[in-house]
Amino acid sequence: MTDTVTDVNTGEAVVFWVCAILAVAGAAGMVLSRKAVHSALWIALTMINLAVLYVANSAPFLGMVQVIVYTGAVMMLFLFVLMIVGVDSSDSLIETIKGQRLAAILLVLGIGTMLVWGIGNALAETSDIGLEEANAAYGGNVQGIANLIFTKYLIAFEVTSALLITAAMGAMVLAHREHWSPPPSQRELSEQRFSGDGVKGNLPNPGVFARHNAVGTPALLPDGSTSEASIPEPLRARGDVPPIDHTDVDEVQQITEGRTE
Amino acid sequence: MTGSQFGLFGQDPWWMVLLKAVAIFVMLVVLTLFTIWWERRVVSRMQNRIGPNRVGPAGLLQSLMDGIKLALKEEIIPKTAHLAVYWLAPVISATTAFMAFAVIPFGPTVSIFGVETPLQLTDFPVSVLYVLAIASIGIYGIVLAGWSSGSTYPLLGGLRSSAQMISYEIAMGLSFVAVFLYAGSMSTSEIVSAQQPIWFAVILLPSFMIYVTSMVGETNRAPFDLPEAEGELVGGFHTEYSSLKFALFFLAEYINMVTVSALATTLFLGGWLAPWPLSLWEGANQGWWPLLWWLVKVQIFVFGFIWLRGTLPRLRYDQFMKFGWKLLIPVSIGWIMIVAAARALRNDVAIGNREILAGGAVIIVLLLLATWLIQARQDRKAAAQEQVEAESAARPFDAASGGFPVPPLPGQEFTYTSRRSLAGATTIVQDASVEPAITAREGDHG
Repeated sequence: MTDTVTDVNTGEAVVFWVCAILAVAGAAGMVLSRKAVHSALWIALTMINLAVLYVANSAPFLGMVQVIVYTGAVMMLFLFVLMIVGVDSSDSLIETIKGQRLAAILLVLGIGTMLVWGIGNALAETSDIGLEEANAAYGGNVQGIANLIFTKYLIAFEVTSALLITAAMGAMVLAHREHWSPPPSQRELSEQRFSGDGVKGNLPNPGVFARHNAVGTPALLPDGSTSEASIPEPLRARGDVPPIDHTDVDEVQQITEGRTE
Repeated sequence: MTGSQFGLFGQDPWWMVLLKAVAIFVMLVVLTLFTIWWERRVVSRMQNRIGPNRVGPAGLLQSLMDGIKLALKEEIIPKTAHLAVYWLAPVISATTAFMAFAVIPFGPTVSIFGVETPLQLTDFPVSVLYVLAIASIGIYGIVLAGWSSGSTYPLLGGLRSSAQMISYEIAMGLSFVAVFLYAGSMSTSEIVSAQQPIWFAVILLPSFMIYVTSMVGETNRAPFDLPEAEGELVGGFHTEYSSLKFALFFLAEYINMVTVSALATTLFLGGWLAPWPLSLWEGANQGWWPLLWWLVKVQIFVFGFIWLRGTLPRLRYDQFMKFGWKLLIPVSIGWIMIVAAARALRNDVAIGNREILAGGAVIIVLLLLATWLIQARQDRKAAAQEQVEAESAARPFDAASGGFPVPPLPGQEFTYTSRRSLAGATTIVQDASVEPAITAREGDHG
């Protein structure tokens, strides 16, 4: 593959245009969407398309690691946090600094033009040389990367991993909660439950033996009185318990008496 | 990618690529239908039932009928759902499930319509990493399904599954490392051919065991099916899904099961290579026969999945996470250290078999010493525990044990006797005139 950049075959061109457009669309969508989760999804799209471009550019290892590490782990953790913290929070569209949006758009356009024009001009005449030799030196792309990482750049690699481990340790220390006593076992929890006052088993269901099965309708006991325990606590506290229509009870009683006679 | 390294890969005509892709798609769908039927039949047999036996011979078409029924059902979408993501989630799940199969080798080079081609859609230097990458995208399907349903149980199921699958993917990835070290490659076809004299499941047994454990966690199957634990989460991430979208999740689950089984076969059981007595026959590893060996090996794993489901209860979530992070991952790292050290010694130091055996003997002696020490400590603990129990047995026996496990009925009291003397005897009720329990309940609360 010692041909110049301008000389690409059809397959490569198709891959480039599809993935490049999707990657840029993902980036734009990430900035423009108002929901944090949607932003995370857009950026995942960008990352996956970049990975495909890496693979198309003879860097298969980089492409796969990009998906596993960034899409699979980092973005997933982001999503995880977003789902726990603010499931439905979305940004407001009110400008806090006047004219900020216009300035931002102009600046982005300026920087974009500069980058595209500058890098495009710089690379237009270059050709990628030495890829074949570099890959052949260690018997393949992956082996070549491994050799460089574990010999020439070993210190940098180890320092980076130490940095990451430090960050992970820091997060664990911050989130760690010391147990002053061992957590209660299943048996202890159960004993605790049975030692106090109150109903030990399931509470009676609401709405039993009545015309309604609404959750606010108390269960009727055989003597016709209502069971407070069958009403959920919040409803009881709000006084949302409807009065009982005793015709049901009377009816049932009549029926049962009729049967027994 | 250089053509020399990967032989015939990347040189198929376009119609051959299309043919292979369609064949894999069809095979996976048919295998899913078959696996569902097989699972139901095997689990039925384990539970002394018969299982589906009405539609088609021995009920084989049952899952096809179920699939048609599922597709024709009314679809119910919750009002609170985030529609675009709600629609996207099952699509991600199903497509990634199919995609992982692109790099699984089914057999050696065969001739299809006069074209010599390997029985594998494609292969490249990092195929196994590709499977991991696809699996990590597949998690998005479940997480997004949980989030976009706009309902509590799916959200909890989605959170659980993301935590679970990421955790078990680490153990899974670590179990591959030893295989890569031995095969000297991350390409699936080369890993298979590197197992020519002996399978990696034999020489890398700890890696194999770790992979087999983590693959069950990775596919959300019993006993690790916490994301869809019906006892606590209704249906987990797919609670709010119905009709065809639910069918896609169902399909994805079963394909994933086949995929991880196929990966286990490829990495540890010699892929399509014939097992020992058959490998003596020269034709066993040529032509189309290897496809059969491959299928049998994969089905053995699938049977393992079904067997697990039929036998084991579900783990508690914290125990499950503890198992992954505090047992599987450290053991995996330790094992990689041992393998890497052994490889390095073999490659760099002029070391013979005698030295390796001597070193192994020293390590075994050390391990025995360690187990002996651990055993001694456990014995001490057990003795202390026994003493505590003996003391508690000496105390007067409270049959209600402070209300545990069954609280006394009103007016009911127990005579206190020692536990030992009561062994086998029933509880003695002093006051037989027991009032109805209901009034007691009212009395407690009224």
